[in-house]
Amino acid sequence: MLIARVVGTAISTIKDPKMQGDKLLILKQTDHHGNEVGKPFVAVDLVDAGEGELVLTGHGSSARQTHLTKDCPVDAVVMAVIDHLEVDGEVVFRKE
Amino acid sequence: MLIAKVIGATVSTIKDEKLTGRKLLILRQADETGAPFGKPYVAVDTLDAGSGDLVLTAHGSSGRQTAQTSNSPVDAVIMAVIDHLEVGGEVVYRKE
Repeated sequence: MLIARVVGTAISTIKDPKMQGDKLLILKQTDHHGNEVGKPFVAVDLVDAGEGELVLTGHGSSARQTHLTKDCPVDAVVMAVIDHLEVDGEVVFRKE
Repeated sequence: MLIAKVIGATVSTIKDEKLTGRKLLILRQADETGAPFGKPYVAVDTLDAGSGDLVLTAHGSSGRQTAQTSNSPVDAVIMAVIDHLEVGGEVVYRKE
């Protein structure tokens, strides 16, 4: 899994028939302090995450291990919203 | 999934028989505003995307989870054509 921040939403009408109704979030991977690193990617939202939140994403065939994404052409899902991150015993991020 | 811009097509006569009739588009990854970057790659188009369109691509085994690519030697598929992208509550890309 990766730690990522929700930066936006992708809206699509023409998509694979198995993906109708899925919410597609634009995310950027972050480090363990919540700082954005790297390039954006898109994942199916399973947990109704909001823009600005830190989340966990599952990738590859693991992303198809949910009721919503089983047998779908999906390679990334948001499967958790992060409340806080602890590193070396210190809370380094806390959800507002 | 990755956001990508369609920049062209590859045409091939001699190919695996399961790929007969499949449209193979050339894409470049794009950022959350739709600006392309990086090296080109090729994906099977299942949605009749056009040159210049912004699309989403699924990769790896997820690329085989569409009716057109199941059990095919395919590792990337276009599974959505993007209507618009929203970042920070603003529409940063809209399909023409």
